[in-house]
Amino acid sequence: MIRVDVKSKWFGKAEILKDVAFTLKRGECLAVLGPSGIGKSTLLRLVAGIDTAFEGGIDRPANMAFVFQEPTLLPWRSALDNLLLVHPSLSTEAATDMLASVGIGEKTDMFPGQLSLGQQRRLALARAFVGKPDLLLLDEPFVSLDEKMAEEMISLTERLMKKNAPATLFVTHEHREAARLADRTLVLAGSPASVFLPAGRGTLNKMEEVT
Amino acid sequence: MSSSAIRVLSIAAFIILWAALAWLNGDPTVLPAPGDLLRPFYRELASGVLLDSMGITIIRVIAAFLFAMTIGTVLGLIMGTQPQIDRWLDPWLVVFLNLPALVLIVLCYLWIGLTEAAAITAVTLNKIPNVTTIIREGARALDPDLKAMAQVFGMRRDTYLRHVILPQLAPFIAGASRSGIAVIWKIVLVVEFLGRSSGVGFQIHMYFQLFDVAMVLVYSLSFIAFMLAIEWIILQPLERRVRAWRMA
Repeated sequence: MIRVDVKSKWFGKAEILKDVAFTLKRGECLAVLGPSGIGKSTLLRLVAGIDTAFEGGIDRPANMAFVFQEPTLLPWRSALDNLLLVHPSLSTEAATDMLASVGIGEKTDMFPGQLSLGQQRRLALARAFVGKPDLLLLDEPFVSLDEKMAEEMISLTERLMKKNAPATLFVTHEHREAARLADRTLVLAGSPASVFLPAGRGTLNKMEEVT
Repeated sequence: MSSSAIRVLSIAAFIILWAALAWLNGDPTVLPAPGDLLRPFYRELASGVLLDSMGITIIRVIAAFLFAMTIGTVLGLIMGTQPQIDRWLDPWLVVFLNLPALVLIVLCYLWIGLTEAAAITAVTLNKIPNVTTIIREGARALDPDLKAMAQVFGMRRDTYLRHVILPQLAPFIAGASRSGIAVIWKIVLVVEFLGRSSGVGFQIHMYFQLFDVAMVLVYSLSFIAFMLAIEWIILQPLERRVRAWRMA
């Protein structure tokens, strides 16, 4: 069980987040919706433990994975090494299988710079799922992709989530993406951002009424 | 014309200019012609003194280089990533950067004595601030996203240093190495000149006292040729290798 309770988060004199609390079970996907710049990525960085300067408490598992907006790969290491260096206990066969299952099985020895942006994002997804994380954090991973590629990536993510069933926290500003992947949706709004509509199955419909 | 042809012609033009000046001057004890150096060069080579002196100087260069690079890299990495420490150490760095090499050398000899340790310490101290400054720039430019990635995925500390930090610093380390070698061998000669009884710098000191311009040139040019060979045979290919992933 992942328990997030952010009482407040400040950047200098500006309060960004206030009273954002939720829980997340294994196999469950919670989408955090809200306009750009509201503090969704900040929330995700708090949950991941990248940023520790806030008031409140977060219970998180040790085995986490993060898919960033950018692929965030090691450009000086091969696709295969990008998996093996992050997950040292992984066998070469398992890593190769994972690369094949995201559709870049031919590219194991290539540097990220030699891959297309779509292939780099597949590699980033492979890196996230191959460690069988207990908590998966997705920070707008489909932003800046054209519609066809976004659709491919969403189906791939859906397939991988079904297979591994991690607890997933998914940040986006796209209702459709949220409806597609998430079991529940939570809406952030206001300044400082707070939970505007609590997580629930009907949230999306209500959200559409509001906006 | 290709750039390597221009380089050869340029060096040839320099030697011709030198020969012309020597001919105009007419006094080989002041400026010997290029050809006049060959006989003393063979003599020193045959007696073994030239190679022995160069060997000793090279060992000093390597020792000072390794110390300066190691200490300078660690300091630069700490100062580049910890702004709090950087604020405290930066004024020291500025002082050491502006301290004349000669002052450090003389003080090391006075405080430590006319020993090998003093000589290596003096050269090392002269080079550390420079390496630190270059590596600090690299450390400040480290990618925060990759750091966040390594942190979330719980990457091991040694893996992180070797595969995330080091490749990002590699161009800076290569740059610091090249400028480091170039500066260090010159300072080593000064250190030998002032307080050692062996090495190329000592030989130059000795022939300076005998006003033997030819021998001073023989020792200087031999060592310059060796350092240029290191640059072309080792340092430049090494730099190409660490940059390979950019070209792929």
